[in-house]
Amino acid sequence: MDGFSQPPGSGGTVDKGQIMDQVKTQIALANAQELLQKMTDKCFKKCITKPGTSLASSEQKCVEMCMDRYMEAWNVVSKAYNAKLQMERNRLT
Amino acid sequence: MSLGNEGGQIDPELSHFIQVESQKQKFTQLVHELADTCWEKCMADVRIGTRLDSKNETCLVNCVDRFIDTTNFIVRKLESGNRSRTSKLSMD
Repeated sequence: MDGFSQPPGSGGTVDKGQIMDQVKTQIALANAQELLQKMTDKCFKKCITKPGTSLASSEQKCVEMCMDRYMEAWNVVSKAYNAKLQMERNRLT
Repeated sequence: MSLGNEGGQIDPELSHFIQVESQKQKFTQLVHELADTCWEKCMADVRIGTRLDSKNETCLVNCVDRFIDTTNFIVRKLESGNRSRTSKLSMD
């Protein structure tokens, strides 16, 4: 966040490209966190039904599969939402 | 944080960048929410396999489409609905 701490026009030139890169990094980080949180929630519910003293190997396998399925589902939803938006837009114009 | 609003105009390129990125993020955020909601509807009680089977995929697509339909339906109802019902919210 260094770029933001410099007041504009106070000698230190704030590089526009640098700001954009930082914004993009922050957005990517926020999305990764969101995905991690939702994925953990869903896959914990699905795979760890009776929490034992350690994460059993069968549970680990289940979580691995669940992660892949969640990402797949995420992409299906993203595509479907995009297509639906396109359709709604065409309907209005 | 102000992006130079007091010391002149906002840089047009930066302002455009922010606009585009916020729009993209709005979309992505809704995908996060929809994936959450539709996973619960379509995948919560399903044994997960090595692939998403077509039945579940169809369920996910339908879930997204119907969610948007429901949003639009509610908006229309609220727009045309009688005021006595909405006034109960006393948002004025």
